Amino acid sequence: MSNVPADLKYTKSHEWVRALPDGSVEVGITDHAQHALGDLVFVEVPEAGRTLKAGEACAVVESVKAASDVYAPLAGEVTAGNPKLQAQPEAVNAQPYGAGWLMRLKPAPGALAAADLLSAADYQKVLDAEGG
Amino acid sequence: MGRQTPLFKLHQELGARLVDFGGWDMPVQYGSQIGEHHAVRRAAGVFDVSHMCVIDLAGARVRAFLQHLLANDVAKLKTPGKALYSCMLNEAGGIIDDLIVYYRSDGAYRLVVNAGTRDKDLAWIRRHARDFGVEVTERADLAMLAVQGPEARAKAAQLLSGADAAAALALGVFAGCELSHWFIARTGYTGEDGFEIMMPAEDAVPAWRSLNSLGVASCGLGARDTLRLEAGMNLYGNDMDEGTHPYESGLAWTVALQPPQRDFIGRGALQQIVQAGSPRRLVGLVLEDRGVLRSHQKVTVAGVGEGEITSGTFSPTLERSIAFARVPAGTGTAVQVDIRGKLLNARVVKPPFVRLGRSLLT
Repeated sequence: MSNVPADLKYTKSHEWVRALPDGSVEVGITDHAQHALGDLVFVEVPEAGRTLKAGEACAVVESVKAASDVYAPLAGEVTAGNPKLQAQPEAVNAQPYGAGWLMRLKPAPGALAAADLLSAADYQKVLDAEGG
Repeated sequence: MGRQTPLFKLHQELGARLVDFGGWDMPVQYGSQIGEHHAVRRAAGVFDVSHMCVIDLAGARVRAFLQHLLANDVAKLKTPGKALYSCMLNEAGGIIDDLIVYYRSDGAYRLVVNAGTRDKDLAWIRRHARDFGVEVTERADLAMLAVQGPEARAKAAQLLSGADAAAALALGVFAGCELSHWFIARTGYTGEDGFEIMMPAEDAVPAWRSLNSLGVASCGLGARDTLRLEAGMNLYGNDMDEGTHPYESGLAWTVALQPPQRDFIGRGALQQIVQAGSPRRLVGLVLEDRGVLRSHQKVTVAGVGEGEITSGTFSPTLERSIAFARVPAGTGTAVQVDIRGKLLNARVVKPPFVRLGRSLLT
């Protein structure tokens, strides 16, 4: 059973979004996603300053088995990629909602309101429908 | 729903993630794939390889038949129980499959071929066996466990009676013997010591449980793939197939062109390739930059040409990415690999990468 924290927003493609006090957001992949991928061995995060469109492939997570794209949940400018994941990709497996965050974004004007994000309850329904 | 081995329900009970592999529902991992990999390099693990196809061959001319069927020469098998790795080629020298042949007694040999090639292999073997009066029997009644790792032989021997254990532990590398009810061989696909054990289907679940209780880890096909790649062992369908020949697949060592009068299938084509020189070869790659090499990524060799990765992964033992790649014959020691549009640097090495738990990289 996957962990789906109630205080986060989600995408159908298994990213999570956390609103930070300064108006920026933190983005990662869900517990369900990390479990489906298996042991992560390589993570590529975007560099600060890069401008992302909503739905743009912006990071790569690779397990022993396969590489998967991570998509920007909303439009914005990257303020930070998680620097620790280069040496410790396994942090995404161990703490997908904590130390394993992938990037922080400053949302483009209106982007947060325009983003197609799911509540925890609705994301749980997506997982139930996938049989996971 | 694919075919299931006698261990299918046990895999489910153990929480394995099951995937389709060559038409079979097989466990890819039970927990952490990397954890299973390390268990085999450091202690012992057990794999269900019952999906592989065991074929018994019998007849007065079975040796002559195998000398015709296989690119390696079963005349190298001097004592009963000895095993030989070989390719089975078509007339063009393309690889129909790779297999292990066991010499059991005069007039009785056993083949173990890949799961995904079972039907075409059986059809090919039966077609050529007729001329030699050889009886071909698929042994779908057998299960097969691979117990691998530095502690594997000692642990597996604990499943056996005193006499059987002594016989199994006395086996040399790449040799097998008949036990009271099982056929056991000191072979494997991991680069570690260990056994592969063929047994009646009903013995498989109790044997697996006993191995688990002795501390042998359940391991899936995921770990099997990273272990075999580190060990420099080819995977049929990835690293070679009917469109490639042994000389461009790192398998020249398995072709016996001597004696010249042995007329095996594909010999004529291979002799032409040897005379002309193979334009491509299979090499090992170690990624110098960060990233993960994967099959079908393009390899660029400056001033020489292009090639392609046939198998690639992250090596848990070396903690970097490794691969096999088919490249132009003139490739030197440095290449570049296109990973998502970026050219990353890789070093050309001679496989294996890891043997008996130790890195062979210099």
